Parts: sequence; structure tokens; C-alpha cells
Amino acid sequence: MLRWLQNNLPRIVLAPSLVAVAVFVYGFIIWTAYVSMTSSKLLPRYDFAGLLQYEKLWSMPRWYVALENLFVFSGLFIFFCMALGLLLAIMLDQRIRLEGALRTIYLYPMALSFVVTGTAWKWILNPGLGVEKMVRDLGFESFEFNWLVDPDMAIYTIVIAGVWQSSGFVMAMFLAGLRSIDSEIIKAAHMDGASLPRIYLGIIIPSMSPVFFSTFVVLGHLAIKSFDLIVVLTGGGPGYATDMPATFMYAMAFQRGRIGISAASATIMLMTVMAVVVPYLYSELRKKDND
Amino acid sequence: MRKIRQTLLASLAIAVVALPSAVKAEPKVEVLHWWTSGGESKAVKSLMDEFKSNGGTWVDMPVAGGGGDAAMTALKARVLSGNPPTAVQLKGPSIQEWAEEGALGDLNDVGTAEKWDAVLPVQIANVMKYKGRYVATPVNVHRVDWLWANPKVLAKAGVSMPATWDEFNAAADKLKAMGITPLAHGGQSWQDATVFETVVLGLGGNDFYKKALMDLDMKALNSPTMVKVFDQMRRLRGYVDANFSGRDWNLATAMVMKGEAAFQIMGDWAKSDFLAAGKKPGSDFLCAPTPGSKGYLFSIDSFAMFNVKGADNLAGQKLLAKLIVGEEFQKTFNLIKGSVPARLGVPMGEFEYCAHKSTYDMEATSQVGGLLPSYAHGMALRGAQVGAITDVVTKHFNSDMSSADATKALAEAVELSM
Amino acid sequence: MTVGRWLLFIVLGIFVAYFLTPLYVMVITSLKSLDDIRMGGMMSLPTEITFDPWIKAWNSACVGIQCEGLNGYFWNSVKIAVPAVLISTILGALNGYVLTKWRFRGADIVFALMLFGCFIPFQVVLMPMARMLGFLGVAGTIPGLVLVHVVYGIGFATLFFRNYYVTIPDELVKAATIDGAGFFTIFWRIMLPLSVPIIVVTVIWQFTQIWNDFLFGVSFSAGGGQPITVALNNIVNSSTGVKEYNLDMAAAMIVGLPTFLVYVFAGRYFIRGLTAGSVKG
Repeated sequence: MLRWLQNNLPRIVLAPSLVAVAVFVYGFIIWTAYVSMTSSKLLPRYDFAGLLQYEKLWSMPRWYVALENLFVFSGLFIFFCMALGLLLAIMLDQRIRLEGALRTIYLYPMALSFVVTGTAWKWILNPGLGVEKMVRDLGFESFEFNWLVDPDMAIYTIVIAGVWQSSGFVMAMFLAGLRSIDSEIIKAAHMDGASLPRIYLGIIIPSMSPVFFSTFVVLGHLAIKSFDLIVVLTGGGPGYATDMPATFMYAMAFQRGRIGISAASATIMLMTVMAVVVPYLYSELRKKDND
Repeated sequence: MRKIRQTLLASLAIAVVALPSAVKAEPKVEVLHWWTSGGESKAVKSLMDEFKSNGGTWVDMPVAGGGGDAAMTALKARVLSGNPPTAVQLKGPSIQEWAEEGALGDLNDVGTAEKWDAVLPVQIANVMKYKGRYVATPVNVHRVDWLWANPKVLAKAGVSMPATWDEFNAAADKLKAMGITPLAHGGQSWQDATVFETVVLGLGGNDFYKKALMDLDMKALNSPTMVKVFDQMRRLRGYVDANFSGRDWNLATAMVMKGEAAFQIMGDWAKSDFLAAGKKPGSDFLCAPTPGSKGYLFSIDSFAMFNVKGADNLAGQKLLAKLIVGEEFQKTFNLIKGSVPARLGVPMGEFEYCAHKSTYDMEATSQVGGLLPSYAHGMALRGAQVGAITDVVTKHFNSDMSSADATKALAEAVELSM
Repeated sequence: MTVGRWLLFIVLGIFVAYFLTPLYVMVITSLKSLDDIRMGGMMSLPTEITFDPWIKAWNSACVGIQCEGLNGYFWNSVKIAVPAVLISTILGALNGYVLTKWRFRGADIVFALMLFGCFIPFQVVLMPMARMLGFLGVAGTIPGLVLVHVVYGIGFATLFFRNYYVTIPDELVKAATIDGAGFFTIFWRIMLPLSVPIIVVTVIWQFTQIWNDFLFGVSFSAGGGQPITVALNNIVNSSTGVKEYNLDMAAAMIVGLPTFLVYVFAGRYFIRGLTAGSVKG
């Protein structure tokens, strides 16, 4: 008995976490997929309605807006966070005296919930109170910056605030990546007379591909999950111009009493997440086997 | 394990009920609401004070934001976990929806003892009942189709309170030419919807309103009248200022108070803000039914009582229900909140002009079939349909969608939401 | 200094402005009187500094009916965050240890399954979670919220520790086994002392996530036990005619202060911890 216990100790230690994940992640996913095929409205019901909810979902204009926004937002958000994060990391890597202070400044938005900082952003972006008014008060009467209230542009204000919030974290990851590269290689390249941009483009950045990949996944899941940003900044508006799948499914489930549709959209969202994550996990694990 | 515990609890409960000499339970309530802004929270506080002075314990559970959206999230989670709050601020058909799910308690014994059938107007009592039994208690009646105005601004522009939408447009054009914002508005979807329903009522009349927004009659939804309604909405869009997006209603009300804007279309909760700021009806602000309105759009705030366990909770629930419909509370609450009492026989001496007008119109319109439930405030339709209509209204208001397209989209969205 | 160096500083400075503007607006607004806010612009300095909004936000701002400020809710959040962070970090460390040093068949799949838990959107789990909490009898309680946060924190905590422990040579563990040390002895004597950087990373990450959570807090708490973010939402969404921007900002700052301080003081370890392993594939 004692021997069995000792042999299986690692598995026993792992078991509670595994059970928790099995129930609270996979159990709930199955539950959601099941509810998406019922006629649930205000509260979950357990009948069978086939693909009815999916049909309804795909005929709602608002869902298409949400999906389109997801692609527009994710694309821009990931691109700008990566670009800015990398740029900041490289600049901070130039033996800057104030590195500690600068790093903290770039990193702090990640510490604060957007419920907190959103109040300030809403103000800055509001044409009558923020940037537009400020520039006009300086004498540029015709200056316009009213993206927040323009249905075609509002999604970009969310990108601005989103990049502000997350690019510092990306910088930290890239900076960590830069620091873990063997300095001998760089020194050698320097000796050979390679210029600084060349060293970065030719040697350092290619060797950081795992960092790029982790960053991409972290940002991807932040984009898919983005909720606070939208709720605080625009409430999905003007109209529903800045709705995203996360806010859409939340609205359907909790404001509209359309749990079935909500579950259907959740199922589609989960499949999207899986499409992003599974290749990552696969490559991650394969790498492990090659070690 | 759980089974055993439940059985134990159940037998314990039976034992408690069976013992007549058992100690009387302390009444206790947990109240979920989203009345957190000044006038509103003062109004709820009057209820709490009355409840406490009757020996009860009040646990407050405020969840603000989005006109109750966050509160509904909390409610759903609480009900699903089998631990609902005692009383919840709920209204209109959503009371029926929750009752259908079997989530509500039964107040019929309180109702009988307090003779609710005699003191509540039948239209109101019907909203509070499910299958003939009381499940909720009404707190007040709000009128939604109010037009508020700043008399000084109107005088300056030489315009008077408009009686029709044409008059309104003429006045607004004049104001706009003078550089005054004609309509104070906040670009939140429920506010867009509020304006929309008053336009439907004003341009289409009572019968059209009933067909379009209560019966969801396809012919009415897809009619030339509806196109005209959207035309008027497009016009109104030109009368709001540039920063309206996302503005809270009370900040729009403040614009009228300060004379930055001339009119606001909002329910009579706006009045509580005027009064709280020390403004007097007649001299500092004017109230009138929205242009063209021959009806009365009502929104009743109410507390639904959920299925709770435990003698203390049940006692609390009954006491709370009794107090809410009581004359004393209906008076104090509505004086603060800006609305009028939901029950009959409350002395109206302390109320001001707009409240008297509201009470009078309620009586008058109900005789001609004009006492209508507000769609924008969840009195006429269920959540799914309200949402579908509002999506189209707000989309149209915030884009350059044509009226014909909006009308078509409206009919389609309603059909889908069934 | 070369031209390039100047350029570098200018660019860094521009980004400092981008990152600091919201914080600057929040701080100065929270120190202004309402009249001051009305008169001056968004960026103008206060004519007279007042701490009243801060004091009011802490003790007497109205959250619904009760006007007791954020004070009580602050401690609710502490009671939720501290145990949840501790438990999820310990579980993450143990999981990472097992998955790297006591590998068994299927360990990679177990890890993959856990990792996927990081990616589940929380809106999806609200309803089944409510049922589950009711079933377990912890609905609407602080232990219930702790449970929720621990469950959804396991994924990231395990990821951090596993990626870190991969870089620690297996020989250390093997040598200790030969000396007769057991599972927990090795963990306690060898692994933990080496884990400081990654413990810092995990604690920072978890604390930030849990402290800032609003969705779970609003759904799974009952009256009196609500976390501070829910109270903040109530304050910011409560207003009578005049919006008290200074109070809103002060309240927001109070809510953000603990996580902000953690980043400021432990930020350097954060980068060090990330360097030490978690970003290596």
C-alpha cells in the first residue's frame, strides 16, 4: 500500500488540478455545446432543437458585425502590440540609464484593470472633453478627432486603448527574450563588423521565434477575450458598431434571455480559440520530444 | 452526501413549522437593485429605513450599470446556483418570464390580507400576477413620453412647447440657427429607444403603437408610417450635439438645466433631478407630453419576490411586500423618485404640477385605450424582442441607413426574434 | 552623445507620454475640486490640491444605499485574492514539478489539457459555474469566489512553473533520489529555493488577474461580500446631475493602487523571472 502510494505520488499530486480542469473547463465546454442545441431562452433548458440556434445566429446582422470587428481588432491589436513591444524592447536594450523607470512606465497599464483606466480613456477620446477640445483650445479650430462617436471609426479607438494596455507586457516578454540570447554570438558578429540594425534583423530577431510565438498566443487570446475594453469604452456602441463576440454572447445570455443563441456563439468562439491554440500546443509538445 | 444534507434540512424545516411555539423568525431580506444614483438611492433608502423600523434586517446588493444589465447577470448566476436574492428589481414581462421558469415565490396571502385587488389598478395588478397569483409588488408608475424644456431658452428663441412633431422641428431649426443644441440626448441604446417609441406614438397614434410595438404586427412594422417615424429619427439626429455618444441621461438633463440645450425626451425620473437641483416646475423647467402624444406610455418599477428558503427570509419577503404597497411608502418613495404612486388612495397634496398632470392623464388616457406599456423600458415585450428592435433603432440612429432600409430591417429582426 | 542616441531618447520620450497620459489625467483630476474641473482643461494642473475626493472614496462615497466608501470592499478583495493567489501558485508549482521531473506517460497531454484552460472565455463558464457553486454549497460566498479563481488560475500557473522547471537540470533531482530523498523533500529542499524568480512572476500575474476581476465578482458574490471592482462600478455609475469626476478617479486609483504598487516594486523581478525561463519554448 505504502509502496503504491509512493510510486503514484506524482500522479496523486497532479490529480486535484486535473479533476478541476476536467470539470470546470471541459465539462463546461460540453455543457455549452449541448445547450447550443436546445431551445434555451431565459434559463438553460435541456431539450433538443438541432441546429436552430445556429441558424438564428447566422441570420443576425449584429453577429456579422461582431465577427468582422473581431478580425479587424485582433489583426490591428496583435500587429501594433508586437511592433511597439519589439521596438520598445530593442530601444530599452541599448543600455539606457533610466531603464528601470521606463520599463515600469511601459508596463504599468497591464497592472490596472480597464475598469479603472477606461474612465480616463473615455474622457481623453471624447471629442467635447479630451484631445479634440485640447487641440482646439490651442487655436486649431478645425481639428477633428471624433473616432469614439463615429460608428466607422470607433473600433479603432478600442485598438488604441488595447495597444496601450498590452504592449508593455509584450515589451517585457521581448526584453526577456533579448536578454536570454547568448551575448557571445552578438559580440562575435560585432567583431565581424556587422552594423547594429543588421545584427538585430539578421541574428537576434530570428533566434527569438519561440518568443514571437508565445507573444502571438498571449495576444491572440487577449483579443478574443476582450470584453472590459469594449464595455467600458463604448458599451458596444455607437449603435452596436463595436460589438465583439465576447460582448455579443454576454448580451444574448444575460440581457436578452437568449441563452441558446449565446451558447451557439460561444461554441463558435471556442472553436476559433482552438484553431489558434492547438497548433501552438502541438508545436510546443513536438519540440519537447525532440529535446 | 448532498442528498442526506437536504433530507436533514427538510426534516428540520418541517420540525420548525410543526412547532407552533417556535420563536418567531426575524424578518430578513437581501435586495438586488440598480438604483444607485442620487435620487434613486435615496428613494430605496426610504424603503430600507421603513423595513428596519419594522424590525427587519436589510442586506443591500446594488449592482449598477447599463440600466440593470450587470444586475441581471448577477441575478441569473444567483438563481442558477440555487441561492437567489429575496427581492429583485424586475419589471414588466420579465416578471412573467421568471415566473414561467418557476423562480418566483407566492405573495397571494399578503395580497389578500392587504386587499391589493382593491387598491391596485387592474392594468398594474395584471403585470404583478402570474396565473392569477401575485408574485411581485409595484413601486410606482413612470410616464415615459415626457418632453422637458428650459423655459428661458424657449423664450429667448421665441418658441413655445411644441404639440406636434412638425412644431417641434420648426422650433428646433430656430434653436439650432441660434447656436443652441435643440435636443439633449445621450447616445445609449435605451435612450435611442426611448425617443423612438415617443415618435412612434406621436406620429402613428395609439392604435399604431399598439400594433407595432405590442402586437408586433408585421403590417404595421413594415408600413409607410414606420418609414415616416425613421425619417423623424433621422431629423432628430441632426438636433443633438456632437458629444452625445455614451452620455448618461442625467448629464443630458443637466444640459437642459444649464440652458445648454432646450429639450429632452425622457421619463419622469428626469424630474427628480430637476427637483433635486432645486428647480421649480413652470419657472425653471417645463413638462409636457411628447409631441403628438394622445396616449400615456407607462413603465412600472417593481420588486419581484424570489423563491427563498428559511423562515426569516420568508418573513422578510412578506413584510417587504406589505410595506411596498403601503400608502406611506408609495408617497415618500414617489416624491423622491419623480414618478406617481402605483396604488390608489395616496394623498397627492405634496406632489407638484407634473405629477398631478401625470395622474390626471393616466386616468384620462386609460378611458380611451391610450394607457400603453413602454417598449423601451421593458414593459411591452420580452427581452429578446426589445433587443431586436433596439438594435435596429440604434443602428439607424448612429449611421446613414435610409428609413426604408431601417423599416425592412426592423421587420426582419422582429421576425427572427420570435 | 550621437544623433542616434538623441533620436532614441526622443522616441522613448514620446512613448512615455502615450503611456503616462491616462495616469496623469487620473491623478490630477482626483486632486481637483469640482469647480476646478469645470473651469480648467483636462490636462491643466489643479489650482488647489485637495485630498477630499480620496477620503470620500475611501470612507463615505455611496455604493448603492450605504455610504461607507470602498473601505469594506477593499478587504473583501483581499480576502478573495490572497488565498486564491497562494493556492493557485502552490498548485502550479507542484504541477510544474511533476510534469517536468516525474514525467509519466501522457504527461504532455495532461499539460496541454491544462493549458487550454487558459484560453476559455470567461463569459462561457458563468452559467455552468453558477450551477456548480450551488451544487457545492458555496454560492455567493468568498470561498466560492476563491475556488473559481483558483480553478482558472491553474493553467497559467502550471505553464509558468513547467517552462521554468524544464530549464533546471534533471541531474539535480536524480542525484537527490540516489541519496534517498523523497518526492516532497526534493521539492522542498531543491526546487523551491531555485524558484524565487518564477514564484514572483506567477504571484504578480495571478494577483493582477484576480484583483482586477469584475465578471466573476459581480456574478458570484452576494450582498456584503462583493469585491472592490464591483463597488467601483457602482460608484462610477452613480451620479446625480453633476458627475463627480474627481471622486470617480480617486476611487479608480484606490482600486488600482495594490496592483500598481506590486508592478512598481516587483517589476524588475518580473522581467528577470520571464528571462529565467517562461519565454523559452
